[in-house]
Amino acid sequence: MKLQQLIRMASAALALFSSLTAPPVLAQAKEQFFPVLVYRTGAYATNGQQWANGYLDYLKLINAKGGINGVRISFEECETAYATDRGVECYERLKGKGGGATVFQPLSTGITFALTEKVPVDRIPLITAGYGRSESQNGAVFTWNFPLLGTYWVGADVAIQHIAKKEGGIAKLKGKKIALVYHDSPYGKEPIPILQELGKTHGFDVQLLPVAHPGVEQKATWLQIRQQKPDYVLLWGWGVMNSTALREAQSTGYPRDRMIGIWWAGAEPDVKDVAEGAKGYSALTLQHGAEPGSKVVKEILDLVYAKGQGTGPKDEVGQVLYMRGLISAMLGVEGVRKAQERYGKGKVMTGEQVRWGLENLNLDQKALDAMGFAGVMRPVQTSCLDHMGSSWVRVHTWNGSKWEFSSDWYQADEKVIRPMVMLASGKYADEKKIKPRTPEECRK
Amino acid sequence: MLYRENGQFKTSYAADQQIFAIAQDRWAILAIIVFALVGVPLLVDEYLFRAILIPFLILSLAALGVNILVGYCGQITLGAGAFMAVGAYAAYNFHIRIDGLPLLVSFLLGGCTAAAVGIVFGIPSLRVRGLYLAVATLAAQFFTDWVFLRVPWFTNNASSGSVSVANLQILSWRIETPVDKYLLCLTILVVFALLAKNMTRCAIGRQWMAIRDMDVAAEVIGIRPLFAKLSAFAVSSFFVGTAGALWGFVHLASWEPAAFSVDRSFQLLFMVIIGGLGSIMGSFFGAAFIVILPIALNQFLPAIGSVFGVSISTAGVSHAELIIFGALIIFFLIKEPHGIARMWSTGKEKLRLWPFPH
Repeated sequence: MKLQQLIRMASAALALFSSLTAPPVLAQAKEQFFPVLVYRTGAYATNGQQWANGYLDYLKLINAKGGINGVRISFEECETAYATDRGVECYERLKGKGGGATVFQPLSTGITFALTEKVPVDRIPLITAGYGRSESQNGAVFTWNFPLLGTYWVGADVAIQHIAKKEGGIAKLKGKKIALVYHDSPYGKEPIPILQELGKTHGFDVQLLPVAHPGVEQKATWLQIRQQKPDYVLLWGWGVMNSTALREAQSTGYPRDRMIGIWWAGAEPDVKDVAEGAKGYSALTLQHGAEPGSKVVKEILDLVYAKGQGTGPKDEVGQVLYMRGLISAMLGVEGVRKAQERYGKGKVMTGEQVRWGLENLNLDQKALDAMGFAGVMRPVQTSCLDHMGSSWVRVHTWNGSKWEFSSDWYQADEKVIRPMVMLASGKYADEKKIKPRTPEECRK
Repeated sequence: MLYRENGQFKTSYAADQQIFAIAQDRWAILAIIVFALVGVPLLVDEYLFRAILIPFLILSLAALGVNILVGYCGQITLGAGAFMAVGAYAAYNFHIRIDGLPLLVSFLLGGCTAAAVGIVFGIPSLRVRGLYLAVATLAAQFFTDWVFLRVPWFTNNASSGSVSVANLQILSWRIETPVDKYLLCLTILVVFALLAKNMTRCAIGRQWMAIRDMDVAAEVIGIRPLFAKLSAFAVSSFFVGTAGALWGFVHLASWEPAAFSVDRSFQLLFMVIIGGLGSIMGSFFGAAFIVILPIALNQFLPAIGSVFGVSISTAGVSHAELIIFGALIIFFLIKEPHGIARMWSTGKEKLRLWPFPH
């Protein structure tokens, strides 16, 4: 009988299984756990990878410099492949690990929407620097969401400001046609309401041209552009959709200097393969561009890459999306640091405490200079009611081999955005029966 | 030795026709259900609930629905994801537009709407068969994708096209914790599975199977293909639509059409093929295989790697997951083309003879 063999095998398997499932070491008292949701595979891997490398490298840099006031950072990656259900699974997997997750940054608007419903229950802040729900800027309703540095409504408003400047005044927008080529997902649809609103006020026409995931098929879209000849094209793409759009623009002969991308459509992977063909194409920046010369990048090269601990290829350090990941990690770390000021330096912070830190973030120029972010970004100051902290944007242009800044700083028009944020977040609060926080509750 | 029906005599028709004719089966299933209702909530942690058990239960329900259509009635469909989407969005609209409508009623109305849409997209099945029908049902997929992306009414004019629900409540039971959600899904699944099992054992199920085995012969003996095929589409879509509503309301809480993409349709079809066509049990096996295995691989590969001193990158794990998963699918299909359910029944046959096989 093979029974004995079977039992032996089963018990061996069981032993292996239990050794795998057993929690590694419980004594991690002094470590702040950062879950890292990434996508290194799938349709958007080229872009997701750089962001993830920047994010991890910054956490490693903080550890190399002795942690956050002595508290070391532990982290674990989880692959989402940009899919919402996998993202939710990763969230559930990591939220309780290492004494509780500090902050989640999913780098996907779809996953952000799903997690927005979950983080209030688990009391973990959700940073969505430069993406996510635009109305989540209102911290009174979206207590746990932090669309730091800018939302898509900020992006859309600045894009229109930039066009107006190029045209020579906001009045010149009247009668113009502006097309929005967008990724057909919550991400791409975010700017639509504000563009339509601005179109009504300034008298320009908005044409909506959706592109289906993943965005490699755009022939029909660009045929429409060729027929309707919009004055400007706004590109709200991600991953392969961006380079495809630029190639199509090249083949239909649409002038690239009349195309303006959002900050997710303005990085090296988007234009590198098109190179000369993308010359003149501009994109908004989330404050920073490619910053290989900045002090923080030099530090990473010295303290992380020189020791062979770098996450990605060395030549990508300091590129646009790498910097985006790096800044995102920095915002999370600074949230912890701020929280420690109130709840005890050198202690591990809970998600709730980190939220307080993020809500009271105040990175002035001096602090930025000290961290090596001089020239990379502007000061950020959040409050309980404003979870965005800054709405400054500048534009950079691809010159055929690298991104160069081509505009001054713009600030999104508060008068346009604020009412829309209040309206949309009010609607959300009604639907969810959330009672918005009052300024008194904020002071607690 | 233990698993043997010797001495269990059937003295009435009812006893002869019961679902689990063997007492041991009956007790085992009852024990499993009781354990799932009482034991699991006490033992399992939140991660297992949210990431594995709840998706498993909901997709089992959807797989049941697909199995009715593909496994029992023989009509290949690639539109399951679409019917899930219809169920979810219909339930959402009933939920927000009719104030005070009980949650379960919204789910069932979502299922009914999906059934109606299923009948419409089932009409081509009266003329086309096999692969051609699969292509025709694919139209449902693209149509619903288009509708829910383009028609703002369905998403209650949400600016981003993503809808969300909160504060689920049945009577005074607030469904908040993962245990609540799990119990809700489990109860619905148990009721629906019983329904499905009985439906396949009665006249309508026999009609479906007759159509599947040879539709001309079935017509000759007096089965109306129109009724049989469309009823299969309706029942299947009802199941799948209810599962879609649960997927949206209970599992995701906030969703967009991408949650019900064509990938989902393929996933459901693979579930029934791997689990076992024409088997209620197979739907559960298939769902377990497709839901749990990738996540388990994703978690254990790095751990196994570290045992041997290899650290695998996140991307490496994710590629390996796809490779191993694909290889296992091929292995199962070669080893047992009739699915895991057939393996299960072969195993039971062997168990009856054990320890004295012929």
